[in-house]
Amino acid sequence: MSANPDAPARGDVEPAELSTQPEPVGTGGGSGLLAVARNGWRRLTSMRTALVLLFLLALAAIPGSLLPQRPLNPIKVDRYLAEHPGLGRFLGRLGFFDVFATPWFAAIYLLLFISVVGCVVPRLRAHVRALRTPPAVVPRRLDRLPESASYQGDGTPAEVGAAARRRLRGWRTATSEEPDGVVTVAAERGYLRETGNLLFHGALVALLVGIGAGRLWGYQGTELLVEGGPGVCNAVPLYDSFRPGRLVDGSNLEPFCVDRLDSFTATYDPDGTPSTFQADIAYTLGDDGPEQRYALRVNEPLRVGGVRVYLVSHGFAPRFAVRTPDGKRVEASAPFLPQDGTLLSEGAVKLLDEVRPQLALYGFFAPFAVDPGNGTIRSASPQPAAPGVAIVVYRGDLGLDSGTAQSVYSIDQRQVQRGALTAVATTKLAPGGSTRLDDGTTITFDGYREWATLQVNRDPGQLTALVSAGLVVLGLLLSLAVRRRRIFLRISPATDGPGGRSVVAVGGLARTDGGGFASEFARVVERLRDQPSARED
Amino acid sequence: MPVDAGLASLSDQLFTWAIVVYSVALVSYCAEYAFGRRGRVAVTSAGAPRSAPATESASILPASEVAPAAVSVATGEPPAPDGPSGRAERSGQVAVALTAVGLALQLGSLVTRGLATGRVPWGNMYEFASVVGATAVAAFLAVLVRMPRIRYLGMFVMLPVVALLFLAGTVLYAQAAPLVPALRSYWIVIHVTTIAMGTGIFLVSFVATVLYLIRRKWEVAVEGGRRPSRFPVTLGSRLPGAVVLDRMAYRTVAFGFPVYTFGIIAGAIWAEAAWGRYWGWDPKETWAFITWVVYAAYLHARATAGWRGTAAATVNLGAFATMIFNFFVVNMVVSGLHSYAGLT
Repeated sequence: MSANPDAPARGDVEPAELSTQPEPVGTGGGSGLLAVARNGWRRLTSMRTALVLLFLLALAAIPGSLLPQRPLNPIKVDRYLAEHPGLGRFLGRLGFFDVFATPWFAAIYLLLFISVVGCVVPRLRAHVRALRTPPAVVPRRLDRLPESASYQGDGTPAEVGAAARRRLRGWRTATSEEPDGVVTVAAERGYLRETGNLLFHGALVALLVGIGAGRLWGYQGTELLVEGGPGVCNAVPLYDSFRPGRLVDGSNLEPFCVDRLDSFTATYDPDGTPSTFQADIAYTLGDDGPEQRYALRVNEPLRVGGVRVYLVSHGFAPRFAVRTPDGKRVEASAPFLPQDGTLLSEGAVKLLDEVRPQLALYGFFAPFAVDPGNGTIRSASPQPAAPGVAIVVYRGDLGLDSGTAQSVYSIDQRQVQRGALTAVATTKLAPGGSTRLDDGTTITFDGYREWATLQVNRDPGQLTALVSAGLVVLGLLLSLAVRRRRIFLRISPATDGPGGRSVVAVGGLARTDGGGFASEFARVVERLRDQPSARED
Repeated sequence: MPVDAGLASLSDQLFTWAIVVYSVALVSYCAEYAFGRRGRVAVTSAGAPRSAPATESASILPASEVAPAAVSVATGEPPAPDGPSGRAERSGQVAVALTAVGLALQLGSLVTRGLATGRVPWGNMYEFASVVGATAVAAFLAVLVRMPRIRYLGMFVMLPVVALLFLAGTVLYAQAAPLVPALRSYWIVIHVTTIAMGTGIFLVSFVATVLYLIRRKWEVAVEGGRRPSRFPVTLGSRLPGAVVLDRMAYRTVAFGFPVYTFGIIAGAIWAEAAWGRYWGWDPKETWAFITWVVYAAYLHARATAGWRGTAAATVNLGAFATMIFNFFVVNMVVSGLHSYAGLT
């Protein structure tokens, strides 16, 4: 192929491609583009580049830990954006609020992994070749090696050499004979070091594949279930929130339903620290499988049918009974959202259609209510030993007919400002306690139900990642603990004394860093030296 | 399970005594370092202006004392106890004994805290720091068995350990208390132990690297015919050769890195069971990843032309810095799922 970019014969080449083509340099034969590609490849797969990419990877991860991240905490991101509008928008455009999904972060690790593959593949080939070829040629002067020794062998060089090879069990050996009657033995061991090294890097690539599979085809659905309330099935529109992988379109999720939360139980140590959380659930697998039960605990998810179900959080849903002047009784309850470790919870119970005008009970639930004396309520502990509520009763139009979404845990304050919704009572109640409104309606606090948030997860790459991680450690151990080392024997016929004896020169070197070779060498020489007497016995 | 107050306070007392004993050990190491002979031996071995110990003692000591000293130099054995270096030798031995006693006290403190709370004694920052300190001390003692000649370096190991334990006992201290449900898993034994072990081993590597950099500066100066006079470099005259220190730094990382890797993986397996995903870029996880990447870079740098020596050593220091950042800043400033510091 011509290396001349101006050659008319290459008229079919796109102009843009021509313009980037470098001047042909005097590098015997190869096309310019090819040379650049080869050069670039060589540079990419060099250790220096890998080092730079490693540093970049570490550097790029830092903002992901110091700035709020959308997948972890979207509320914090919004708060940050509100506090730093200009900088926030700029950072947002560069993806700093979801660092680990940005193209630039992906570019760094993909380049690193390409570099790793480019480095490992040739080394793998070389390693296979080394495993097939006998150990290296024995050097002439063994006393110049880091370790050396010599001794008298009992037998001809060929006999001593053969015996030495038998003694060097676990070593790869090769014998050769030189014209002057000298027999040499080359021995090498520690090939597992390179095997481990290659295994480590290969397993890292496999780990990345496993992680990637999870990101593409995994998903996460979250649902809050109240004791005795309705369950949830594994379908996108049914969840409170659903986080799909990039290639999950939401159809064909694993057929699985949590039918019910039968009960939620928390136990506590005497000092008030929670000791166990348990959610007893009923679930069905498949479209018409039998109903099964499971005691879901922290650290003990339910693993079934390709999905995993986790107990994520828990809280309380206070129950109220509303009796209107005309004798109608309505029961109402809603989950309240915990505010802190004492599970003091905030929320709102809304009665939209049951009573006219609409009613809302907004306020706080305390599992262990104490009265700080200023009209508010506090909780001394998350244990529901003395539940209590402090609520404001609103009457009027809750504003839900307008179609704008509002939080289920609070009321729309704009409706209050507009005068459409008015506070008609403020009260604190213990279980069984009630309050009477000006129109004769009574509101009774009937206690509480517990709720639990469950998460249904699927990650098809998880097993691959786990196995790869195990191989990463195995590879590391081999490549850092095993040393590649060589021992050479040069056995010459003894020039003095009776025939059938030899002089053996031994030399050894460790090809990789690590201590203890000197003592290993001494041990090997000791074993080799022992052999004539062993034969006499 | 309720906390046993008596055992908890015994644990606190043992911890205090461990710091006291370590501090005395530190002073003894300093004494050996300051009065020991190794410094002078090191000077001669590095080709610096010779002042052979034997000749020197001959001029000061009576003739009867000269002979054994001369013999010992000739055979390469440590010189027999005579005058100041004998005292140094003794204070070095005392230092090692005290280190071992301190470690026993500290282990006692950990065990009693574990018994008091009925759980593993590494559930918050105070306890974790204590485990890291104990591991570093144990790692140093283990190295000492293999290389007894580096005993006088004990002061450089004990200095950060005492500082860490002091911080643990004051700033990071947390009352003995049970764990939250998420931590009640056998994985806390596997994950936190391996991470603490890795951290302790990396601490030893960090110390070796700092000494390597000092010694190297000193060697370069001496080879250039200069006599270093600025403070940290002057320490170099009494340190082992740069090659030895570099190898020590490498071997400790080569040992600690697989341990730390396993610790991270164990954490991922636990996170899968506790939080529903094995990796979620929680700040603690992110910094563990950063530390891992930088130590990996160190291992590679040490095998790369142009990066060996000072540059690789700097990478080692950087890796340790990321780990310290993860422990102090991420635990105390950044909030995340790993908020188990036990600080209020």
